[in-house]
Amino acid sequence: MDLSIFGYQFMQNAILAAFLGGVACATVGVFVVLMGVSFIGVCLAHAAFAGALLGVLVGFNPMLGAFLFSLGTAAIIGPLASRGELNLDTSIGVLFSLMLGLAFIFMGLMPGPKTQMLSLLWGSILTVSRTDLIWLGIVAVAVVSIVVLFYKEIQAVIFNREIALAVGIPAGLIIYGILFLTGSTITVSLSPIGGLLIFSLIINPAAAAYQLTYSLKKMFLLSAVFGIVSGWIGLLASYLFSAPSGATIIVTSSLIFGVATLLSPKRKVKRWQAKDEPSRVL
Amino acid sequence: MRNNGDFTNVAVKIERAVVSYREHVALRDVSLEIKKGEFLGIIGPNGAGKTTLLSLINGLGKLVQGNVWVLGHSISRGSVNGIRKRVGYVAQLQNIDPRMPITVREVVMVGRYGQLGLFRRPHKTDRTFVDKMLELVGMSHLANRPIGHLSGGEQQRVAIARALAQEPDMLLLDEPTASLDWRAQGELLELVRRIHESQNLTTMFVTHDLNALPDTCDRLVLMKEGKIWQQGQPEQVLKQDILSQLYDAPISIQEHEGRLVFLKAG
Repeated sequence: MDLSIFGYQFMQNAILAAFLGGVACATVGVFVVLMGVSFIGVCLAHAAFAGALLGVLVGFNPMLGAFLFSLGTAAIIGPLASRGELNLDTSIGVLFSLMLGLAFIFMGLMPGPKTQMLSLLWGSILTVSRTDLIWLGIVAVAVVSIVVLFYKEIQAVIFNREIALAVGIPAGLIIYGILFLTGSTITVSLSPIGGLLIFSLIINPAAAAYQLTYSLKKMFLLSAVFGIVSGWIGLLASYLFSAPSGATIIVTSSLIFGVATLLSPKRKVKRWQAKDEPSRVL
Repeated sequence: MRNNGDFTNVAVKIERAVVSYREHVALRDVSLEIKKGEFLGIIGPNGAGKTTLLSLINGLGKLVQGNVWVLGHSISRGSVNGIRKRVGYVAQLQNIDPRMPITVREVVMVGRYGQLGLFRRPHKTDRTFVDKMLELVGMSHLANRPIGHLSGGEQQRVAIARALAQEPDMLLLDEPTASLDWRAQGELLELVRRIHESQNLTTMFVTHDLNALPDTCDRLVLMKEGKIWQQGQPEQVLKQDILSQLYDAPISIQEHEGRLVFLKAG
């Protein structure tokens, strides 16, 4: 196997981008999975996509547009749910469809070839720019530092928001912090990983880690490891099979999830409980 | 905002409180004073405003009118986080994801987090305190288990340990025995009684189920349609006619082995 390609600058950049993106997305994924708001990833990714398209259309930095749109959406999900007395999921769904609609409008208004737009959707980890890398680095470091600094508050809020509030933890602030991190992670991952692919890199590693441990700390660590490994193996597979890198990264993360589910000790507990149930009923 | 009045012996003072959610008025003009060290039972049918009354005290309720002082501080406006740290709250049994990655010990530690404040990690003394509380509620042997693996009764004991880990001055219990089996219910009531006495607490115990009422209540507040309908010592208010009116259903009371047993008559 000729691996000389890994000596090239663009490949090294891709490896670094997969590392940073993997850490950021997989860490944010732990919140998303444990708080049961998986769909928020899709919603914010589409918001970032719509924002970036607006940037391309009107002529400002697409990254700025993506940032404003995903953070703006993250900021209204909560209030929309409480003002409209909706399920959080419903509120996310409403905003998701709005963002999809906006994205299509901006796309329709855009003259000429739509290559830049499509690259935002699919991402291009192999052509990741230095600026992209710097931003990914900043967000990855911020996400990890915030988790370390506010670990106990995050743990309490993930466990139960009402209880966190009742013991005197500023739960609302923590939740908005989590949403802010999710929005930022999605924004900086948009161009290297792609709007459609971010979602799987957020959900799959965390969901795989969730299968394997009862410790939140270990879940964060495992999730990050799975995120990085998905990126790296995906890149390698992309090179070996000449397949699109984003797609191979997704497939790898899904495979890791599949294996984790099969090996999950939590499933064994479940089977045992199922076996035990009838005798309890009797 | 502090109140200049004398709060030496008063844990809670509620003055003409009105709480409303949308068109629904949950509390109407409620006034109540609770002495320090008192064990107050709050009973009444579903939707009478019992939980809303509790939520006023830990600052989670929305006060539209009136004043509330808890432990000498007004919570009508301003910061309530400080009050919440001194008030332990145990809600009714909740569904916990059995795969939630948090252990029993960690759940109890959450009770310390408010006091610890941001950026500070639990110290060894916090861990010792948490272990002590687990021992007090008889859950030490399950300390390393995932919380979702415990039975309902065990989870409620852990919830009490968590509330006690706050080193609270007040303990609020909102239907803590709901959906527990008879034995777990009895054991939990006994635990609540023991803790109230040994920890020098002011306790408020809400229940719609008269048979789940601890016999240690110093005073009972009977709530109906968002108002305090009657109050008094248990022997004054636990009467067939009063309770039947309170619940709009015929209730008969029988004495069994020194305890009052409430039955739905007819």
